[in-house]
Amino acid sequence: MLQIKNLNKSYGPNRALTAIDLSVPKGVIFGLLGPNGAGKTTLIRIINQIIEGDSGEILIDKQKLNPSHISKIGYLPEERGLYKKMKVWDQLIYFARLKGLSNYEAKSRINQWLEKLEIGSWKEKKIEDLSKGMAQKVQFISTIIHEPPLLILDEPFSGFDPVNAELIKNEILELKENGTTVILSTHRMESVELLCDQVAMINRSKKILDGTIKEVKKSFRPEVYSIAIEEPHQLIPQEWTAKEDDGTYYFTLPLSGKSPNELLNELMQYGQVKKFQEVIPSMEEIFIHQVKTAQNG
Amino acid sequence: MDKIWLVIKREYLARVKKKSFLLATLLTPLIFPAIMGVFVWISLEEKDTQALRIIEVVDENKMFFLESSDQYAFSFSDTDREEAKQMVQEGDRYGFLFIPEFDLENPQGIVFYGEDNPSMNLINYLENNLKKKIEEQRLFESGIDPKIINEVRTTVDIKSITLDEKGDETINNATVNYALGFLTGFLIYIFIFVYGNQIMQGVIEEKSSRIVEILVSSLKPFQLMLGKIVGIGAVGLTQFLIWVVLIGTLSTIVMGYLGMQMPQQTAMEMANPELANSMPQSDVSEIIQVISGIDFIGLVLSFLFYFLGGYLLYGALFAAIGSAVEAPSEAQQFMFPVTIPLIVAYMGLFVFVLNDPNSNTSFWLSIIPLTSPIAMMGRVSYGVPWTDLVLSMGLLIGGFLFTTWMAGKIYRIGILMHGTKPSYKTLWKWIRTSQ
Repeated sequence: MLQIKNLNKSYGPNRALTAIDLSVPKGVIFGLLGPNGAGKTTLIRIINQIIEGDSGEILIDKQKLNPSHISKIGYLPEERGLYKKMKVWDQLIYFARLKGLSNYEAKSRINQWLEKLEIGSWKEKKIEDLSKGMAQKVQFISTIIHEPPLLILDEPFSGFDPVNAELIKNEILELKENGTTVILSTHRMESVELLCDQVAMINRSKKILDGTIKEVKKSFRPEVYSIAIEEPHQLIPQEWTAKEDDGTYYFTLPLSGKSPNELLNELMQYGQVKKFQEVIPSMEEIFIHQVKTAQNG
Repeated sequence: MDKIWLVIKREYLARVKKKSFLLATLLTPLIFPAIMGVFVWISLEEKDTQALRIIEVVDENKMFFLESSDQYAFSFSDTDREEAKQMVQEGDRYGFLFIPEFDLENPQGIVFYGEDNPSMNLINYLENNLKKKIEEQRLFESGIDPKIINEVRTTVDIKSITLDEKGDETINNATVNYALGFLTGFLIYIFIFVYGNQIMQGVIEEKSSRIVEILVSSLKPFQLMLGKIVGIGAVGLTQFLIWVVLIGTLSTIVMGYLGMQMPQQTAMEMANPELANSMPQSDVSEIIQVISGIDFIGLVLSFLFYFLGGYLLYGALFAAIGSAVEAPSEAQQFMFPVTIPLIVAYMGLFVFVLNDPNSNTSFWLSIIPLTSPIAMMGRVSYGVPWTDLVLSMGLLIGGFLFTTWMAGKIYRIGILMHGTKPSYKTLWKWIRTSQ
């Protein structure tokens, strides 16, 4: 769907993007991760043709990025914005028409979506009279109204209460089922793990990792096991810093060159092993670890 | 192109649908006549209610006489200076005029004592009367009978007629031309300010509420800027058009009412120009003749041209300022270079153009695009060589293309910049760096 090759961009002396390569296949939810100021927004803006890259190539469906792609992309910026004094209906029509829908198409689709998100009764209300969550729903509709094959969502869940966040999450999943490719830029790692098929991480203008969630997690396994031993008949070594709770000792151990079976064998001598599980890092841990390593290195 | 049209439509409707637009549009043409009416009414009322003021005159020459008016009565009762002073202090008299004995060739020492500061009108009245009397006296002393002077005193009124190559004659009246030049120039000045500010506010709103990020993912920043400028301009034109219709209707009604009370003679003159030529003309009919002699189509066309040209030129600059800042209060620092030429043009219109439309200064003011929209209107009302007009219009078109191009460069970077306060240096960098 989207291919980015060796993309560079700098603002004066500051590098915003350095030799970025990305490939987003069709029909996936692609998580774009990175701390603030890493260059995510710049990348998103370049894909949206708001600004231009200094060098490099961007292909959408194997075509070089050009103005005709504008109607194929739906973009929800992190900083939301709607005309406060405009009515919900007029506003949605305006954005839909700007994305190239005909007046007739715009009207029927907006009606469908207003019904679907249960906000049909707000049509004639001005944005300034709506709550933040309500306005976010309107914003979401305005992003997807032209049924774009590529959807770029920057922090889509901010401003939603849990119920509405769930609603939006389901809409995103439904869009994916229908073949929409979604690029999701977020700090909320739990939504990354729940939603994303693939991720890429950008830090200080450079891509530092990418791949499917599984691949990424696999490559960041710390080879550490979480262990529980019930009523050991032998003293648990002090350096394992085990925690005791109701006669059961809980601790983690690195493999340190052994195979898991060797380690298990060793542990069985201490008593009944109730739990022996590899510690899989959460995306959040990987994220923090990566950013810290980059800072220190 | 489609998208610019959508932006124009939105900007237009969002403003025209507002109640404040309707109010401003309907009330403004009524406010000016209303304010003037109130002033006239107050001053009439004042004249009626004001108590007669008595002024004691102490004339040691025993030769002056002052005629009393509705407001002031002059009393000549042979008091001396100290007595008169006393009268003023006690409030019996509003003031007293002391005329010491003097040599007619060098009248000096005339003093007015009053219980408060006398009005300009009163002093002028006194001065004129005394002056006239002294002049008459001196003429008399040099052997000329003042009666003869009065008899030979005549008023001269020069009628100015422009004769063009074809031999067509048009009656001019500098006052009418002045008024038209002033009105049209002033309207353009106000229009640029009011609607330029609206552009700026609109851009700031879109920038600070971050709508712009969504908008520029759908269309080019330049389209957005152009759509906004044109849309708001259309609002201004609409407002202007409504005013013209409203004022036209109102003045037709008023004129119709006054027409019934117009003196028979004037009405006859107006109805029959031949008759009018054979009779001494009144001011009203002359003004009407002058107005009918003005090339109104030319005037209206050039007004519309400079109206739009000036608006587009400055509108782009206002848009650029709006894009560079995040709140209207921050805009102040950049407003200066935009308002200065506007004020120069406005002052120039009064000081130079309307007084001497063909002077060098007037020429340059009406040629340079930053000042021409306002200054040229002052010349157009008097009639201007077409070469000057073409040069000025051409430069104005070039001027607004240039400012729009430059503003576009600032705009496309500015609208996405947050957090840093730009300086002139940054603006210049934006102009240079954007492709």
